[in-house]
Amino acid sequence: MRKIVVGCSILGLFAMLWVAPVQAVLTIKITRGIEGALPIAVVPFAWEGGSAGAPLDVADIVAADLRRTGRFAPLPERDLPGRPSDGSQVDFRDWRRLGTENLVVGRLKAQPNGNYQVQFQLFDVFRGVQLTGYSIPSTARDLRTTAHQISDIIYEKLTGDRGAFATRIAYVTQSKGPDGNKRYALEVADSDGYDPQSVLESAQPILSPAWSPDGNKLAYVSFETGQSAIYVQNLATGTRERVAGYPGINGAPAWSPDGRRLAMSLSREGNPEIHILDLDTRRLQRVTYNAAIDTEPAWSPDGRSLVFTSDRGGKPQIYRIAVTGGKAQRLTFEGSYNARASFSPDGARLTMVHGDQGAYRIGLLDLETNALRVLSDARLDESPSFAPNGTMIIYATNDDRGAALAAVSVDGRVHQRLTFQKGMVREPAWSPFSD
Amino acid sequence: MRRAFLIALPAFLLLVLSGCETTPTKDEAAEVPVEEADTTEVDAAEARGIESASGFRGHPLDDPDSPLSKQVVYFDFDSAEILSDHRPIIEAHAAYMSDNPRSAVTLEGHTDERGSREYNLGLGERRADSVRRMLVLLGAQGDQLRTISYGEENPAADGHDESAWKFNRRVVIVYRER
Repeated sequence: MRKIVVGCSILGLFAMLWVAPVQAVLTIKITRGIEGALPIAVVPFAWEGGSAGAPLDVADIVAADLRRTGRFAPLPERDLPGRPSDGSQVDFRDWRRLGTENLVVGRLKAQPNGNYQVQFQLFDVFRGVQLTGYSIPSTARDLRTTAHQISDIIYEKLTGDRGAFATRIAYVTQSKGPDGNKRYALEVADSDGYDPQSVLESAQPILSPAWSPDGNKLAYVSFETGQSAIYVQNLATGTRERVAGYPGINGAPAWSPDGRRLAMSLSREGNPEIHILDLDTRRLQRVTYNAAIDTEPAWSPDGRSLVFTSDRGGKPQIYRIAVTGGKAQRLTFEGSYNARASFSPDGARLTMVHGDQGAYRIGLLDLETNALRVLSDARLDESPSFAPNGTMIIYATNDDRGAALAAVSVDGRVHQRLTFQKGMVREPAWSPFSD
Repeated sequence: MRRAFLIALPAFLLLVLSGCETTPTKDEAAEVPVEEADTTEVDAAEARGIESASGFRGHPLDDPDSPLSKQVVYFDFDSAEILSDHRPIIEAHAAYMSDNPRSAVTLEGHTDERGSREYNLGLGERRADSVRRMLVLLGAQGDQLRTISYGEENPAADGHDESAWKFNRRVVIVYRER
């Protein structure tokens, strides 16, 4: 029932943010890696309500979520041998003949108070047993999130990994305004690209959005005053605060795991150095002392060390340093350019921009074995960000087809491309889990 | 920012037209009316339209035959080193700023799109600082100079190969006061 509680907190957030009708501004296509996916039957949910029909096709959203992971192949609706909406209506022999191991059925009920009840069951077809099932209260505004939560429950049951469907992504878009000038926007959308909300619009560049660990705030860099400054914005209220506006560069904000401090790169002393700002006391602590460019700090999950980009060895490479400062240890030795590293949620791996022989791709470094794996194959990939369950990495790519977002599974097997209807999109940041 | 681009554009075109030949010959240098600006109020010179040997009427910063009209300095990839063929541009601006102590300049550092955005902010700043140091060494005063880095955020040329990148790795010298 944990996830239902999550739903309530997300509902509150969405209630504040929700302005436009739900729409797909972004479409996600799996470009590679669907072979070997596990067949699953997701039966359209029965509607128990008014003659106007169901407000949302819950099963369709669940099937799309599962399909996008590359680990599941939902069967086409026309191939389904029946339309059961309850376990009592299921004849497992029909479904075994299809060769599908798993079956999802459910129903969406309208409540007298205008809210909804969403009920679903997941079955193991061959053993003929229910694996899980919930009845989840929801509202018109929250139905999509409820559908994603159902995907999360199914995914976790079948794979053992926690699902990250009921999460969001932040990203920056650049488009041309009616006056011909550039328009930048910081946007937040559901992890499937639906319901994008613009949380900041500016005529000047915006970069480096970073989620607070509780998912309630974004830190980012904005040039709106004519120079770079770091802001922290509350997503529910839209209120924000400038937390760093020193002379020179104010860049690369990164939240500590406890959410109380921001690591950042400031050049107030003359060249970019890593600093840590305590958000309560506003005390600023300098971490690095080096004439090189030191930037892009990221916290280890235990909060004790930072990785960062530095060209102190001549080329940009990734280094690790204790948050208290001291000697930095170089972590990357492969390739002429390694930058913008961040930890996997379990702290065992780093993803980064890996430049080698003129191509910039997404790299994954195993901190135990020091083995570096290149996960993407374009020329201008950047800004990798782990999904909170550590299974996928979202990043920005740029080629003849334009600037887009892409995602790759950490095993390198599944590749997705996220295409926006207009403008250029970049700087993706995957939200944490919202509980 | 739009102003900056407008100022940068003629310099950009000139570089394209003249190829690598950015170092003026001695004769050309003699034609540059920087000497006159020395003894005359800048505004007055503009109003009177002092005639230079090249026949150009107007402010020396606008004279296409003057190295002062070149207000963009270009760089190699991941480098802030000032290339020798761009030195005359910086020398001319240093001399002008030294002769016109009320002039004030913002040095905008830019990079190409390759690599990470935040590292490129650092690299753009390093380029602007590199130009700043040379200007000060050659006679400009520190309080005449401001620097800002835009990293890869404001490219001068679109495109995803070296033909665009070489115009984006740059420092733009923007006069706030002439």
